[in-house]
Amino acid sequence: MSYSTIAEDTRPLHHPKTWVGKYVWSQDHKVIALQYTITAVSVGLVALVLSGLMRLQLGFPGMIQFITPEAYYQFVTMHGMIMVIYLLTALLLGGFGNYMIPLMIGARDMVFPYVNMLSFWVYLLSVIVLMASFFVPGGPTGAGWTLYPPQAITAGTPGATWGIILMLASLAIFIVAFTMGGLNYVTTVLQARTRGMTLMRMPCTVWGIFVATILGLLAFPALLVAAVMMMLDRLIGTSFFMPSIISMGEPLAHSGGSPILFQHLFWFFGHPEVYIVALPAFGIVSDLISTHARKNIFGYRMMVWAIIIIGGLSFVVWAHHMYVSGMNPYFGFFFATSTLIIAVPTAIKVYNWILTLWRGDIHLRVPMLFAIGFIFTFIHGGLTGLFLGNVSVDVPLSDTYFVVGHFHMVMGVSPILVVFGAIYHWYPKITGRMWNKMLGQLHFWITFIGVYLIYLPMHYLGLLGVPRRYYEMGDTDFVPASAQWANEAITVAALTVGVAQLIFFYNLIHSYFKGPKADPNPWGATSLEWQTPQTPPVHGNWGPTLPTVYRWAYDYSVPGAAQDFIPQNVPPEDMAQDHETRGPAVVEE
Amino acid sequence: MRFAIVIVLLVIGSLIFHFVSPWRQTPIASNWGEIDNALTITFWVCGIVFVALNLFLAYCVYKFRHRKGLKATYEPENMALEKQLTVWTAVGIVVMLAPGLLAWNKYITVPDDASIVEAVGQQWQWSFRFPGDDGVLGAVATENISADNPFGINPDDPWGIDDILVDGGELHLPIDQPVKIVLRSNDVLHNFYVPQFRAKMDLVPGTITYIWLIPTRTGTFEILCAEYCGVGHYVMRGYVVVDEVDEYESWLSDYPTYGQTIADAAIEIGAP
Repeated sequence: MSYSTIAEDTRPLHHPKTWVGKYVWSQDHKVIALQYTITAVSVGLVALVLSGLMRLQLGFPGMIQFITPEAYYQFVTMHGMIMVIYLLTALLLGGFGNYMIPLMIGARDMVFPYVNMLSFWVYLLSVIVLMASFFVPGGPTGAGWTLYPPQAITAGTPGATWGIILMLASLAIFIVAFTMGGLNYVTTVLQARTRGMTLMRMPCTVWGIFVATILGLLAFPALLVAAVMMMLDRLIGTSFFMPSIISMGEPLAHSGGSPILFQHLFWFFGHPEVYIVALPAFGIVSDLISTHARKNIFGYRMMVWAIIIIGGLSFVVWAHHMYVSGMNPYFGFFFATSTLIIAVPTAIKVYNWILTLWRGDIHLRVPMLFAIGFIFTFIHGGLTGLFLGNVSVDVPLSDTYFVVGHFHMVMGVSPILVVFGAIYHWYPKITGRMWNKMLGQLHFWITFIGVYLIYLPMHYLGLLGVPRRYYEMGDTDFVPASAQWANEAITVAALTVGVAQLIFFYNLIHSYFKGPKADPNPWGATSLEWQTPQTPPVHGNWGPTLPTVYRWAYDYSVPGAAQDFIPQNVPPEDMAQDHETRGPAVVEE
Repeated sequence: MRFAIVIVLLVIGSLIFHFVSPWRQTPIASNWGEIDNALTITFWVCGIVFVALNLFLAYCVYKFRHRKGLKATYEPENMALEKQLTVWTAVGIVVMLAPGLLAWNKYITVPDDASIVEAVGQQWQWSFRFPGDDGVLGAVATENISADNPFGINPDDPWGIDDILVDGGELHLPIDQPVKIVLRSNDVLHNFYVPQFRAKMDLVPGTITYIWLIPTRTGTFEILCAEYCGVGHYVMRGYVVVDEVDEYESWLSDYPTYGQTIADAAIEIGAP
């Protein structure tokens, strides 16, 4: 592969001179990553509180006066949209993507630092617009996170006056922010890899983020046009999604539009979105497992190809969300087949994670606890996906709590466990300090066991037939009284898990000020981000010279090597020397 | 060690929960046993994979836990093993997909002898329309909907005059006879869902959708709306009563045809 000179930019770096330049209008990918992370986590906490309120209503109906049906549906909607888009997408790509890509491929920064900065500020604007909907007349939209028209913009749905407009505007703004960031990540991976960093030497983390970003760039436009079209339907009376209907006894002026068109556009975005969240998590967890098992990721080439194949297939499975939507029923055959095919590369990934542990040297440190916890929850969530993907099996389960249990396991809990693992894993590099091990373990056990207690019973409520998006079941003949016990138990577990996250935040914040100084490479990892001359890495990342890469990211426990890992920037002749005697990690040229 | 034990306990706990939990499928009341069979096959295949993978995971976590002097094996990949795993996964997929697709084919193919009934959804209630003696539902349009014509039947369509209109959210069906339920919405998306029938389909304004089934036991079953339709979604209920044929016919004869409702309205208007 020819060497791209952009990686070895010799122009002087313009270091920021003021505090504001360094931490506010920053163009440093690491600062932008932290800005993204803090914003995403903050708004995610709002969504977490909303889910607690929803659980209180479901477990103890009527106990809290202000949770009216309107409020409940507003909480459902905002919880879903915030978690999927404004937390997970922003955190995994804007947060981890920004921090990890340049460091892991040996670049000084993203290739367009100014656009990168804009990306964050536009993202922040989208969050502000979304949060503003809590304060407008009628409150935020209660259309469900899927925003299906016609109800999303007709009377009878909370927030149909102002809330839906702000939601659609916020989504459009978010997509602008994502596009700026996403073009940057893709270009950086393709153009700014350091000498020797071929594509097939990149850590899985970069591969996951890279492919997920491409998916996002192709999928988000579908959501953008859907949002713009619905906005036009709502504001100037077009009929893209609006057939001729009556609302509250009065005929509306729309005619001829198709509500199912919106669903196709939404899920053409919405299904790749699942993988936009999942692929970075797949990549990151591969690296966590490999590092802490002191063993190369098993079948690296298969793992990379599986990411690419999953990414490609994710664009031809969207209508499995629509088996009972009233679309042409013959689509069911195609989408069930394509959906179950995608299970093959996904299963390969699961096998390879476990086979990485096989004959490894497993250090059960806190990041590894979360990584193994992820394997368990992902196996569970992945398998229940086979029920819902298999068209006729989906019919009785669709729109029940089985679906709620499934997607929370597979794209809520699983990626979040990876996010926790990743934060514990990279925290010592990012802050230069180490967190408290006991608190980390406590956080893991409560979270891991707790989420299973929350979501396992939901699958069985769904099997029974309890529909989702019900403010309360009321008296329903087929639902036994015991189902309410399940709801109470789920609520208790959910609140416990929610409150337990305070341990995590306390640990991070306390350790930032009081934690012991961390070793620059405490886990003995091979990838480049652990080989920076300073910890935390400074602006420009690498000092005077960029690192040169001689090997893949998974040289763990190589026979004949002095220690059980060989960093990517160690030349072949230095293999026999260990980390300490080699001196500064930056390769001198 | 501890983690391996927890994984094993979670697997055992999940299995126990699966078999003793009081929350399982309602007794079926329609011909959709194939759907239940496909579901059962999926449970078995996925259940076996769930147990096998997690027990192997627990074994690895236990067996290869870090101890002094332990060194990991260096094995970048094993293509033969990966190919085998791919093939076996594909076999498992086919075992689940085939019955699923066969059941779907039946689900969307309405038999010729099915009678027709229309279920109409409107925030947040159900109403029903039978085609009457001619067996054909009259044409409808949203523009025709009014207080006197809640179903929006085209008054000029001769097929519509004998349509039987059932307001009040209760639908009766005769046992053991195939019925095609055509679904229509006057406002937003709804979903006609009777858990005991297993069948389910959205009502989409602007188009007509359908399900078909054969009720296989008498009784009263709840209709729930299963597609979020606004703030009253959770109270949008109706009932299906599956009757013996003669009871069904006597129930149906109590309801007026569209022609009768027009005549009644005309009398009211015409009366001094």
